[in-house]
Amino acid sequence: MIRSLPVSASYSVGFKIYIGLFFFFLFAPLLVTCVLAFNDSMFPALPWKGFSLDWFVADGPERIGIFHDQINLASIWVSVKTAFFVTILSTVVGTCGAFLFEQEEFRFKQFLYFLMLAPLVIPGVILGISILLFSNTLGLFFENRFNLDIGLLRPGFWLVVFGQFSFITTLVTLIVSARLKKFDYTLEEAALNLGANRFQVIVFITLRFLKPAIVGAMAVAFLMSFENFNTTLFLVGSDATLPINLYLQVRDGSTPVINAISFLLIIGTSTLALVNLFVQKNKSD
Amino acid sequence: MTPLSRARSRLPLLIFLTPILLWLLLLIVLPHFDLLRMSFRVENNSGDMVWSANNYLEFFREPIYWLTFTRTAVYAVIVTVLTLCIAFPVAFYITKVAPPRFKGFFSLLLLMPFWVSELVRIYGWMILLRESGVINHFLVAWGILQQPVELLYNDIAMIMGLVYTSMLFMVVPLLSVLDSLDDSLIEAAYDLGSNSATIVRSIIIPHAMPGIASGSIVVFMLSLGNYLTPNLMGGKNSLWFTEQIYNQFIASFNWNQGSAFGFLLLVISSLIIFIGLKLTNQQLSRVIR
Repeated sequence: MIRSLPVSASYSVGFKIYIGLFFFFLFAPLLVTCVLAFNDSMFPALPWKGFSLDWFVADGPERIGIFHDQINLASIWVSVKTAFFVTILSTVVGTCGAFLFEQEEFRFKQFLYFLMLAPLVIPGVILGISILLFSNTLGLFFENRFNLDIGLLRPGFWLVVFGQFSFITTLVTLIVSARLKKFDYTLEEAALNLGANRFQVIVFITLRFLKPAIVGAMAVAFLMSFENFNTTLFLVGSDATLPINLYLQVRDGSTPVINAISFLLIIGTSTLALVNLFVQKNKSD
Repeated sequence: MTPLSRARSRLPLLIFLTPILLWLLLLIVLPHFDLLRMSFRVENNSGDMVWSANNYLEFFREPIYWLTFTRTAVYAVIVTVLTLCIAFPVAFYITKVAPPRFKGFFSLLLLMPFWVSELVRIYGWMILLRESGVINHFLVAWGILQQPVELLYNDIAMIMGLVYTSMLFMVVPLLSVLDSLDDSLIEAAYDLGSNSATIVRSIIIPHAMPGIASGSIVVFMLSLGNYLTPNLMGGKNSLWFTEQIYNQFIASFNWNQGSAFGFLLLVISSLIIFIGLKLTNQQLSRVIR
């Protein structure tokens, strides 16, 4: 049954086969995607026609590798910019949230906490359409009342940033709160006794203590934003983010350049994830 | 309550509270009220917008809408159950059966694919399953099939894709809850003569219930609200309710109808989460952790 109890050979072998199959199921699509990025073929399919870096570096006219593919490069840049702003905004607000729910007392705290968790259980599509509706309503209101045309409220870059921010902040709040719970309040009291004010305590003591959690939350926020599709779909304007752009290409038939992008994404995200894990391990011990 | 909160000024509270209130009010509360409001607005014969429940009546009048809705909910439940059945033995193996020194390695291996965008994962499955795909290539090369067949664009492919996409959200809570199960309980039951079925039924599953509940709720919600997987892997007949919403918003440009659909999806998803929490005696704030 468990490792300390005797088990039959068939149980142990059967379980190992199951786990093997499970991990095969988990990694097969990613492996195939990566391998086919290097196939010397016009289609992301077998047979294997030899190793080639064309889908990374080729510069036309038959094949355009990712490093020369202006549309995809532009969408990667849009995604990086979006993720950058989402990360900054959600980290600042999320850290405020952690302080608010862990260290402050006020009326309706439970209710507000519940509301703060809501974005996690609202489907991303719903979040997208309701923010689209509300920004449209606001836009119409400003136009009719003050004759103001506010570009910020139309689908586009900033609406995407706000849409992603609306649920990623919850994640940041939860991650930072988890570490703030472990904070030793005698440190804070000592500083206060020695004459520091509340903000000095926060800047010099509490935030230092929270740093690993904040860095971790920033990594999570960046990845979540970079990969978001559901909410972004309804808020996106003329400059598509990478997931939206990839979706359009995948839906309407694809070339191995998508495999090349996927390969870079897989390498990039796993590196970021591993570095983050390593940093967390070192700092929290 | 921290020891410090007695003698504090209200300034820090205001500084922390303001951004949170702005965020929740402007991006969560008001937009959802707007969604509700829009769903009750209808254009009448003279082209003016009036209050009406017509958008909701339309939903019940047209079988295609409520059929899609029911189908989506039923399929999301199937996906949740399947994910649980596949993930449970894996979590059990990693925490209880495999040598402890592999635990970290296995957990890392489990997380890796889920750091990658859902789109890339689905694309991988498309390359594997489609008519010109890798699986067909091997089946034909090995002489199992004469002609390649289309494995993509059907309900089974779609359900498999959804199970794959949500796997992580089931495995992680199960790992943490099984990790906290004391081995000696299982050993004691074994020494007293219980067979494996009894141990699973009366020790492991009751202990794992919080993890099962939280995993199931998250997986259900994510499947219900998923757009990518049903859209890219499902066939012409496997319409998902989120696609209906998308069609109303983007294709028909009927935002009021789309709002009604969106609100219905929100209601069913909250309702099932609520029932799930009540049935298993859990609290939302505990489950999300």
